[in-house]
Amino acid sequence: MSDQTVRQRSRSTAPTAPPLQPGLLREGARNPGMPLELDWVREVRINLSAVERRAATLGTRRSVKKAWQAAWLLKAVTCIDLTTLSGDDTPGRVRRLCAKARHPVRGDILDALGMNDGSIRVAAVCVYHQLVEAAVQALAGSGIPVAAVSAGFPHGLNPLPQRLQEIHASVEAGAREIDVVVTRGHVLTGNWEALYEEVRAFRDACGDAHLKTILATGELATLRNVARASLVCMMAGADFVKTSTGKEGVNATLPVGVAMARAVRAYAERTGYAVGFKPAGGIRTAKQSLVWLILMKEELGTGWLTPELFRFGASSLLGDIERQLEHHVTGRYSAQHRHPLA
Amino acid sequence: MSKVAEIFETMEYGPAPESAERANSWLDDHGRAFGHYVGGAFTDPDAGESFETANPATGVAMARVRQGSPEDVDEAVRAARAAQPGWWALGPHGRARYLYALARRIQKHARLFAVLESMDNGKPIRESRDLDIPLVARHFYHHAGWAQLMAGEMPDYEPVGVVGQIIPWNFPMLMLAWKVAPALATGNTVVLKPAEFTPLTALLFAELSREAELPAGVFNVVTGDGRTGAALVAHPSVDKIAFTGSTEVGRIIRSETAGTGKRVSLELGGKSPFVVFDDADLDSVVEGVVDAIWFNQGQVCCAGSRILAQEGIAVALERKLRARMETLRMGDPLDKAVDMGAIVAPVQLERIRSLVEKGRGEGAEVWQPTWGVPREGWFYPPTLCTNCAPSGTLAQVEIFGPVVVMMTFRTPAEAVALANDTRYGLAASIWTESVNLALDVAPKVKAGTVWVNCTNFFDAASGFGGYRESGFGREGGREGLWEYVRPTWEGTAPQAPELSAPVPEDVPPPGSAAGAPAGAGGGDTPAAGGRSVDRTAKLYIGGKQTRPDGDYSIAVRGVGGRVAGEVGRGNRKDVRNAVEAARKAQAGWAARTAHNRAQILYYLAENLDARREETAARLASMSGDGKGAAAEVEAAVRRLFTYGAWADKWDGRVHSTPFRNVTLAMNEPIGVMGAVCPDELPLLGFVSCLAPLVAMGNAVVAIPSRVGPLAATDFYQVMDTSDVPGGVVNIVTGVHDEIVPTLAAHDDVDGIWYFGSAVGSTDVERASTGNMKRTWVSYGRARNWVNAQQGEGEEFLREATQVKNIWVPYGE
Repeated sequence: MSDQTVRQRSRSTAPTAPPLQPGLLREGARNPGMPLELDWVREVRINLSAVERRAATLGTRRSVKKAWQAAWLLKAVTCIDLTTLSGDDTPGRVRRLCAKARHPVRGDILDALGMNDGSIRVAAVCVYHQLVEAAVQALAGSGIPVAAVSAGFPHGLNPLPQRLQEIHASVEAGAREIDVVVTRGHVLTGNWEALYEEVRAFRDACGDAHLKTILATGELATLRNVARASLVCMMAGADFVKTSTGKEGVNATLPVGVAMARAVRAYAERTGYAVGFKPAGGIRTAKQSLVWLILMKEELGTGWLTPELFRFGASSLLGDIERQLEHHVTGRYSAQHRHPLA
Repeated sequence: MSKVAEIFETMEYGPAPESAERANSWLDDHGRAFGHYVGGAFTDPDAGESFETANPATGVAMARVRQGSPEDVDEAVRAARAAQPGWWALGPHGRARYLYALARRIQKHARLFAVLESMDNGKPIRESRDLDIPLVARHFYHHAGWAQLMAGEMPDYEPVGVVGQIIPWNFPMLMLAWKVAPALATGNTVVLKPAEFTPLTALLFAELSREAELPAGVFNVVTGDGRTGAALVAHPSVDKIAFTGSTEVGRIIRSETAGTGKRVSLELGGKSPFVVFDDADLDSVVEGVVDAIWFNQGQVCCAGSRILAQEGIAVALERKLRARMETLRMGDPLDKAVDMGAIVAPVQLERIRSLVEKGRGEGAEVWQPTWGVPREGWFYPPTLCTNCAPSGTLAQVEIFGPVVVMMTFRTPAEAVALANDTRYGLAASIWTESVNLALDVAPKVKAGTVWVNCTNFFDAASGFGGYRESGFGREGGREGLWEYVRPTWEGTAPQAPELSAPVPEDVPPPGSAAGAPAGAGGGDTPAAGGRSVDRTAKLYIGGKQTRPDGDYSIAVRGVGGRVAGEVGRGNRKDVRNAVEAARKAQAGWAARTAHNRAQILYYLAENLDARREETAARLASMSGDGKGAAAEVEAAVRRLFTYGAWADKWDGRVHSTPFRNVTLAMNEPIGVMGAVCPDELPLLGFVSCLAPLVAMGNAVVAIPSRVGPLAATDFYQVMDTSDVPGGVVNIVTGVHDEIVPTLAAHDDVDGIWYFGSAVGSTDVERASTGNMKRTWVSYGRARNWVNAQQGEGEEFLREATQVKNIWVPYGE
């Protein structure tokens, strides 16, 4: 008796099988978009209470500990769009952020984890248009792309030609990713054609740069709106759908994440194109980042746990992850000042 | 490559074990051997036969417990009996303090309970930690409140006394809480028999109750298998049995307790439908299925084990389900990232396997995910079966495992028909984004609980229990408390004087002296022109006066032994015809507005009142008491008014459950009801049974008083003039011994009231087990029909209805 009764036998018998049918997904291919299919948009059903239950239990049904937790947190680091979107941003501030982007985690910690091979860097640095150039210079040679919030960020209510012009300018300045907020009014009035045309225009303006469409879900009122808007953006050729600017009253919530991830899944199942997902705003703790990764793995499959298809829009998340990683290495709880500032 | 680097590539989940250390040291502290818990102390674990309880995830024994003998049970019942008066005398607030203390202590030891539960039962720690144990604490808090409020909310009620409770292995602690909390709150004392596979948390709770200084004997545990349960059921000093388990055992308990006067509440099996309409949020439906059938490995009485999907979305749903099944994780129940643990015991595992194989043999397509189950321990993978006929084994039999069948339907009406195509009626889940559709279907599904766009929601404030062969009685909510109390007058009620039951006699042959009825038709004064016109009392079936199938009549003797009249001698076939007529009429009657039913009851009163003299004369011809007869007619008119009044006032409730939803507790009619009316006061007794049943939307097959059946047969003329739809009330006269057993055993009768002898009560309860119909019998106890407290009111309305809880989460 005794010990045997508690022996761990939890080697996961579950596989990592992605929920998509094998062979269907066009891996690595950029989403070209498709004609607006209004029937599909209108048949979207989202049951808020059920989605909230799913969201609430994601973090209680799954748990990653010890080496798994360390590896998952490192994965989270590589999915971060390290972001500064303040009115007082300066080139100097941006250069500091870029330095952090190159070396997001202290070398000795990475050494201890056997991960100091240069692979651990953030996914992108995200700044306002004015600072794109400074960021591009600071990141030269690192391979880390600069993402620009563009097109009248964060409200996105400038005239369309001006917004498109700003996108052109950001791309010109070297941004390889463009984060653009869509017109919430189109969603709230059900004007899907207008939304589609707008995003199509953004996409054309982006050229080779990847387009992340921000839904500003805190202003869309319902999950049904969120899911429908996500679909329309993908139909119009978005490379990523993103929750928030970080400036709305409510930012990335898990129920919104579930609704958007399911929209991404539906789109992939129908078209074969994998679109990325980026929750942004309000994600500050290592624990939160794990739940978001769990959400992606559960709803979309392990294939989505990559910076190509998943990003965190976050500024302070990295600091908490660093402290957790150090704790994993030393066994002692860490302090913020032990890690270099961004 | 470092381990971290490897995981970074695969992004697998790793082990996330919950520690079993505390639970193991608790077991070690007890030497891994337990006696019973009786009178506030554990008995000697070595005093007699014992057996081991094992961890299903490993198959390894964890502790030894006693096999309770009849003597052990007797000792426990005596302890409970001795403690009961003192416990009741503590009063509402006194008991509330103890229940509150129990709730607090459960919370303080919540993790220990959860870990021990998962070790003994095999359920994932997430479930025991996040669902079972928090609900246990919630039940004790909630019922501490009921203890506090009882005096005001249930005046004139008292505890039934000593309660024997037998609980299953699927939710050991939760079922303990569902049973113990209301019993103690209402002043009863308890002898609990936990399931033999999972006795440990009950023993931990016993220890905790001692810490809480619960008075000795108020709560007792006797461990053991079915034999111990049988001894508890058979014990003469137990006043009530509360059982959760299989319908098979429930049937035995009903039969064994027949006629003993023991109250019985049974929460039995199910084959609950999970109905998916084409406008549902399918991704959420998939998670709903996970919670419905893969929760606790499907070992849930209310598991949504029959998916009924509208044809247009069935293919998409099946594809989504398969994908989801691939990502379920099975393994060590103490792993925090596991969805499914182990099956409780090898015997259960074998049962699941053989049922699935049988289904496969019948042509079902059986699909399981590509991953394999752990090799050691007792595991069975999640299983989806398609291509099943509604008549197939997998669609009909309760599997009690992680196996779901999927069938399709075309229309809402077909969905309802398929949902109800089962002997069970425990729960149902309905998925649609249309509130119109949901609230149309929910009342039509025969089930005690209906979840709209959710599944397996439970709470202490909401009653849980079955329709049909899923049992009777409710647990939780106000409706659950009634199971543990009885009207105070009942405790002192005398046995009814056995009226000299008339010897059935055929109508005497023509020419015999005794064969000349007074007035040849029931007390009528011969008309001036000669004899009055002959009146023949017939049966009343489907709104028509019908001659009895056998074409025999029996004489009704009145004053001085003279024949007061004749009534038809109904037989089995007449009962069958009456039940058919009632079944045909019932749904339509229930669908009428309560206002309309009230109008008809008032109309009956009006028309009876118009015939008061004639009716009184008839009663007097049978009883010889003219004054009493007039009073009885007057009382009958009043009673009809009472239920006319109640018809639109026996409201349901909205329970305050702690989710964003409305939990509607609806009082629904039981369906087709038999009513064997009391011999005494033949008109008032008849009306007192008929009126509440009809007011609540039931259809009735009434068997009138043996002494004065003419009171009932005269009444059908009142009904004919009062717009009572045909079939809502049916009257079968005859010899009780010939027709009551047929009615009590009829599988399409949903419930039966019997007011008569102790022997007759026993027979009715025993005969009811075929379809587990609800019974309400008098055990020969006298009831004062004239007295408003005993002869009418809420007790009758409760017995005429069953509570359905409909959970409707909302939010957009």
